[in-house]
Amino acid sequence: MSASTNTRMQPGSTVLWEKGDAAGHDALGTRTFGFWLYMLTDAMVYAALFAAFGVLAHNAGLTSKSMLASVFDAQAAYRDTIVLFASVLAYGYAMVALKKGSRTGVAIGIIVATILGVIFLNMVTGDLEHLFSQGVVPQLNGFLSIVFTLVIYHALHIVVGVLWMLVMLMQMGRDGFTSNVVYRLINLRIFWHFQAVIWVFLFVFVYLQGKVI
Amino acid sequence: MFVHLQGPWNPVWGRLSLQAIPYQNPILVGTFLFAMIAALAIVGAVFYFRAGPYLWREWFTTVDHKKIGVMYCLLGLVMLFRGFIDALMIRSQQAMAVGPHSPGYLGALHGYLTPFHIGQVYTAHGLIMVVFAATPLLVGIMNIVVPLQIGARDMAYPYLNALGFWLTAAAAALVMLSLFVGNFAHGGWYGFLPYFELPYSPGVGVDYWMWAFQLSAIGTTMGSINLIATIVKMRAPGMTWMRMPIFTWASLSTNLIALTSFPVLMVSLALLGLDRYFGTHFYTAGQGGNLMLYNDLFWVWGHPEVYFLILPAFGMMSEIIPTFSEKTLFGYATMVVASFAIGGVSWGVWLHHFFTMAAEPSVNSFYSVTTMLVGIPTGVKVFNWIFTMYRGRVRFELPMLWALLALFLLLVGGMTGMMNAFAASDYMWHNGVFVVAHFHMMVLLIASSIFGAVEYWFPKVFGFKLEQRWGKWFFWFMVLGTAWVFVPMFILGFAGMTRRLDYVPVTQWAPYLRVMLVGMAFYVVALGFFVAHLYVSLRDRMKNRVGADPWGTTRNLEWMTHSPVPAYNFAFIPRVHARDEWAWRKEHGMANLGNESFEDIHMPRNTGVPVLLGALSFALCFALVWRIWWLAAACLGLVVLVIILRSFARKTDEVIPATTVAGVERAAQDALASPARG
Ligand code: HEM
Ligand SMILES: [Cu+2]
Repeated sequence: MSASTNTRMQPGSTVLWEKGDAAGHDALGTRTFGFWLYMLTDAMVYAALFAAFGVLAHNAGLTSKSMLASVFDAQAAYRDTIVLFASVLAYGYAMVALKKGSRTGVAIGIIVATILGVIFLNMVTGDLEHLFSQGVVPQLNGFLSIVFTLVIYHALHIVVGVLWMLVMLMQMGRDGFTSNVVYRLINLRIFWHFQAVIWVFLFVFVYLQGKVI
Repeated sequence: MFVHLQGPWNPVWGRLSLQAIPYQNPILVGTFLFAMIAALAIVGAVFYFRAGPYLWREWFTTVDHKKIGVMYCLLGLVMLFRGFIDALMIRSQQAMAVGPHSPGYLGALHGYLTPFHIGQVYTAHGLIMVVFAATPLLVGIMNIVVPLQIGARDMAYPYLNALGFWLTAAAAALVMLSLFVGNFAHGGWYGFLPYFELPYSPGVGVDYWMWAFQLSAIGTTMGSINLIATIVKMRAPGMTWMRMPIFTWASLSTNLIALTSFPVLMVSLALLGLDRYFGTHFYTAGQGGNLMLYNDLFWVWGHPEVYFLILPAFGMMSEIIPTFSEKTLFGYATMVVASFAIGGVSWGVWLHHFFTMAAEPSVNSFYSVTTMLVGIPTGVKVFNWIFTMYRGRVRFELPMLWALLALFLLLVGGMTGMMNAFAASDYMWHNGVFVVAHFHMMVLLIASSIFGAVEYWFPKVFGFKLEQRWGKWFFWFMVLGTAWVFVPMFILGFAGMTRRLDYVPVTQWAPYLRVMLVGMAFYVVALGFFVAHLYVSLRDRMKNRVGADPWGTTRNLEWMTHSPVPAYNFAFIPRVHARDEWAWRKEHGMANLGNESFEDIHMPRNTGVPVLLGALSFALCFALVWRIWWLAAACLGLVVLVIILRSFARKTDEVIPATTVAGVERAAQDALASPARG
């Protein structure tokens, strides 16, 4: 460490300034790094929400688990899980195609992922509407408030992801694989996988917990 | 779907009506007139000098990190002024409203502010000083200095940088608007649950507070992503981690805090929003809500936040003290470790903000100990600064004076902080003015470092030094004011005075409150000297022009380019060979900035999208405060649309041709060759 301050060099032979476009930092890496940082903030949001879930479930005491079991349908959620994971898988194939530089491959992957995403949203909203129609609403008590908030917040991410995929289809069609398009495709992959990861937590805490315990 | 409101509402105007305008209150009418005159003067000047296009081109649409930084600082200064006026009102009210026989004016029973009004003033003062004065000033200075210190031409994401600023500005504007349209929350800046729930606070005050807070949190989070990515990814070749300037290290640790803690604040506020808008039960008193959930989430952010504020201030001290001691910083590595230790520990102490909330003794003890742990790295820093000065050639120029004041205030604030950290003693004065005096030592330390940093880096950004005479008067009157306001406040804290009083029942306290008012008078005089300081500096700017290294004994990369810094920062990216590269070059006779055969430079292109998004978010939050659903939906839709459209833009870069670079560089050299042209 301290050696750095003591390096001796000759004025004539020392390179002081970088010629050539030294500003050529790794642009793609910088973009994805920043997106990882963003994902970290979103992870913190979820962490806080899950912490609130813990607190409010504790508040509700035993009833919360039986409430979960009687209200939330784990079977239906399992179906949702499969669809969402299939969508992530399709997006994964799109990324394989990206490595090969195949535009159609990427397009097909994204289109499949988008369709599956929409199906997922459809099923989740269906579940929610069903619950609402039975009078199970977030306004009922603190525990249901946080459960619905978690599910809806996640669903909003899926909406954003679907919109983003549509935008990427257009941009890819217009520009091909420019660096802007490529880094956005990579970031979208991070985003989309992250939603699947969060869903696992949701599935375990909201849908399965009541069943198992 | 939305919660049922008490009071009138209609689909077009939401809750907005003429009654929302507080024209019966002479204080607010006066403020309004003052604001209007100021606004008219500014708008008039803009038209008179035909500065509109210039302002739009060079400032509103800029993505240049230095200009954004300057705008952050201006925003911070304006809000600091507003917060100061609030402080004046608090102090004068408390000096007047002592004892049952104290007279009342303007509809107040005692003093001149009604409880509802002064409650808003307390809330606004706290929120503004923390979120809209200190934060923008610090973020602004980091914005300016960090890319220069690491030898970069811009931030990692210039567009995001501008967006973060405009969101912060929109949030500040929202707070200001609450003065004239509606009212502000009156339960304290950190929120008070379940009092802030709709049934108990049915007005728009809490909504203003919540949305302004939320918007600024989003802006700050964006800024932190940007600064971290910049530091990690954009360093000049040769700048290894352990060669990084210490202010950059401080920025890194502080932004890691922001990155991880601000999302928690967003959640704590958003859940309150759900309660207030949709009638959920997160924090309600019944139906499975939990008000402690709010306190925990809020202070999980709140405590890291105070270190988010103080770490950059430490970084500034660590830059100023070596320069004016003409020595390298003592204990560089320990300084780095200490910054991260503080950042880490700050995550495990939040409960000390509510020791009195009936946690078990073991819990209180745990947080008591963790809180005291913060003292260790902080102590390391204090000793490092002292050893840096020890046997150095200390020059008492203005930046150094401020840094020393900061050091002194840190000691007072830190010691009293340790006293608060004992849960047992904290029981005695929690929610009293002892605590208030403690954290004001801390925030005034931050303010002092900021003033020092502004004096220090001002010549770099604007190309001329601030004058020293009025600046010293300003400094000494700030010292006087601080002593006169806060020594009595500590005493009253011991005497048992609780915080946020609109009326002081104990007549024996009157002398102390009057002494504090005298302190405020010193502050007011100091403000006058500050204006004189700025005015004289601007008037004599030609006389005080400086070259790349105005202080002569600076050590880091930011002094290796011209003052003022050209748009592209460095004509050539420097290669770094040592920690304190610039000092190293000077020692080795390589301090020559002259360069030949310039090259084209790629820079990001200006864009109006961030201002537009700022304006739209402002309108969105305004609509949400007043529950004007159609406007909110429209604004939200537009925000999404604008973001998507912007992503289709192709030309987001531009090239500064080599000839232009050569011209700028030559002009900078010439300016130095012929100084003092008047
Ligand atoms: C000009 C110097 C200042 C003076 C005279 C001043 C005065 C005050 C006073 C009188 C209070 C209320 C005390 C009470 O509860 O009895 C207060 C609260 C507060 N001040 Fe300051 N202030 C100053 C500067 C600052 C700065 C620079 C910051 C932050 C960067 C700040 C942050 C706060 C906060 C967070 C509160 C708590 C508000 C609340 O709990 O409602 N102040 N200040
Ligand atoms: Cu704290």
